[in-house]
Amino acid sequence: MPAPSHAAAPRTVRPATVTARGWGWRHAGRTTPAVHALDLDISPGERVLLLGPSGAGKSTLLHALAGVLGDADDDGEAGESDETGSLLVDGGPPRGQRGRAGLMQQDPETQVVLSRVGDDVAFGAENLAVPRDAIWPRVHEALADVGLSHLPLDHPTSALSGGQKQRLALAGILAMRPGLILLDEPTANLDPAGVLEVRDAVARCLDKTGATLVVVEHRVSVWKDLVDRIVVLQPGSGANPAVLLDGPPDRVLAEARTMLTAAGVWVPGYVPSTRGRAAEQAPGAGGLLLAAENLGVSRQRPRRMGLRKVPPVPVQEGIIAQVRAGQALAVTGPNGAGKSTFALTLAGLLEPVNGMVSATTDLSRGAGITPYQWKAEQLIERIGTVFQEPEHQFVTGKVLDELLFGPRHLGHGEDRVDELLERLRLTHLVDANPYTLSGGEKRRLSVATVLAASPQVLVLDEPTFGQDANTWAELASFLSELLDAGTAVVSVTHDAEFTAALGGTELKLAAAEAVAP
Amino acid sequence: MRQELNLRGNAALLAGANPLSKLAAVVLITVVLALSIDWVSASVALFFELLLFPLAGLTLALLWQRGWPLILAAAVGGWSTSILAPDSGRTLIDAGIWTMSEGSLETGVGFLLRGLAIALPAILLVSCTDPTDLADALAQKARLPHRFVLGTLAAMRLVGLMAEEWQTIGMARRARGVGSRGSVLQRLKATLGQSFGLLVQAIRRASRLAVTMEARGFGGGPRTWARESTYTPLDAWVLAGGLVMAGLAVTAAVSAGTWNMVWAGN
Repeated sequence: MPAPSHAAAPRTVRPATVTARGWGWRHAGRTTPAVHALDLDISPGERVLLLGPSGAGKSTLLHALAGVLGDADDDGEAGESDETGSLLVDGGPPRGQRGRAGLMQQDPETQVVLSRVGDDVAFGAENLAVPRDAIWPRVHEALADVGLSHLPLDHPTSALSGGQKQRLALAGILAMRPGLILLDEPTANLDPAGVLEVRDAVARCLDKTGATLVVVEHRVSVWKDLVDRIVVLQPGSGANPAVLLDGPPDRVLAEARTMLTAAGVWVPGYVPSTRGRAAEQAPGAGGLLLAAENLGVSRQRPRRMGLRKVPPVPVQEGIIAQVRAGQALAVTGPNGAGKSTFALTLAGLLEPVNGMVSATTDLSRGAGITPYQWKAEQLIERIGTVFQEPEHQFVTGKVLDELLFGPRHLGHGEDRVDELLERLRLTHLVDANPYTLSGGEKRRLSVATVLAASPQVLVLDEPTFGQDANTWAELASFLSELLDAGTAVVSVTHDAEFTAALGGTELKLAAAEAVAP
Repeated sequence: MRQELNLRGNAALLAGANPLSKLAAVVLITVVLALSIDWVSASVALFFELLLFPLAGLTLALLWQRGWPLILAAAVGGWSTSILAPDSGRTLIDAGIWTMSEGSLETGVGFLLRGLAIALPAILLVSCTDPTDLADALAQKARLPHRFVLGTLAAMRLVGLMAEEWQTIGMARRARGVGSRGSVLQRLKATLGQSFGLLVQAIRRASRLAVTMEARGFGGGPRTWARESTYTPLDAWVLAGGLVMAGLAVTAAVSAGTWNMVWAGN
């Protein structure tokens, strides 16, 4: 391996070494191993990006290096988990070395432990029994390193944005002075601004501490310039070694470009090709289905103060929008502008604070003008909504039942299910439990379940967040087919390429003036 | 909900006292008041508790916002006691199926006051005590196991998240055609399904949080505390205040002849 180019950086920690020899891990209750026959050496101070298709065991490896494997999560129904070979950090098993490695996971909400910023950063250092006098200087230093030193120590952690929460988690890790920093898709749940915030904070901290880095992420362009080396893993079995490719970023990306794009990795400069619209639609074409008139939206319900009902303060007001058959509408804008809230209100799931959402007779077909007042069965065959987190929408224990759920309630449309299964590549999963699917499969299933009720309007909340390039391209192509077939598609998104792939009009919401309480 | 877990900006005197001494004073007053059913001890305690409001940074409006279920419960309890308790003295209202007499009204008012006098100290404690500081005190001063105390504290933060998640899951299920409107049975069924969805999410979140905590070295080993939980002279005053309030309440009731142990009967 080439010597890390950051060797000149002043070191405040002793960077860690990672050695894997024929290492494998099978989770309890699973028949196939998550990682099989892994041989890997990472020298102190190296920065490694781990790539590979889902199911290659990237997260399992990070958890093992952090010494937290096998305790929480993944409690299988039967059988013990099974470890083969050896995986060592600084020559010893990771489990006995609390604090040598720091791990950041995907979901920002669960990366925060305590309710005040200062306490949260101090938490790890306290657990490592760092003397009190030494903790607070570490806290201040770590907060400065991640760019959060402007916050008072008693600032509530619940008031932070997703990107800030991840930076806070990084500060908590830094305060432990670990020699190995492990990032498991740290930016998958963040908007583009948050992604850069976190990436830059990581870069600064690594330059300062010289710690070893292992990061798992689909979006290569974000991390490419920060790492020295890319390791591509593959689902291991039999004779296949776990490591498929290993080397400097440019070489690996050049050699494995085809393989990586096939595996759905976001290789820099690559936008997957998608199906184009049959014909470019002129704005205003297509029958009007749904309109927002001077709409004010909020997630809060009216508050009851004694006998009075106080309406909530809208996060966004005066929104005017039209949803037309066969037309795409992209809702864009900065975080906190109320994009999702607007989409949910438009979809008849939240009550407008003021103004109104009205359905034309083409859409309402006798159900009344206000979608919020429709019964659930009336709603799903008119407006379908796909939530950001697919798991929120699962209502059964089997993929097939999940798809049949809508049609059974409506009493028609069961014949469409087979076609949807086929089209969204879910046929081989019909008997699986929805919660056990991979991220991309869950996304495809959540889209399929909503479409099974044949809605005329489809509303999607950040459908491409955290998705690999394959799922992304499939989704964009599938939606363009739907548009050609006359469905209206409303998507809340930060993804400019996705918006471009669907075409149509864009509704830009400005940042909210009032700070949400 | 999530904001209330944080006491930022409460600069009241009692916010600076150690949570354990406040807890001890509250327990003392509550236990003494629970011993007797009479209106004198309850009103004396209530009088002092109201005096403490500014010291805890509490106002009547905030009290109503945070404690209205307790206050309503006390009022309902007082009303039903006054119409159901055995009658004595002059009859005040006679509505056929129930009557309210001087004697039963007195018992009812006693019940109402006691309910308030017992509930208020707890509300006072919550409004001037940060959960993190309470956890610090419980682990460092009361020597409760830190795994348990800090685990509970971290879980409490998730409770606020769950409230938001509940709303989201409700909408997500409506978008799947699960109605939460309609007959009582339909609503019940929808609520059960939604609760299950929330439970699944709660377990997933909790296990991810557990991994986060473990990866930050949380476990059974020795740990230090960044925030030292200390006692100050103020804590002696808080304890003394609790003793005096409890003592005055009992003395007043005994000298007025109304002291009436719950188990002694009438």
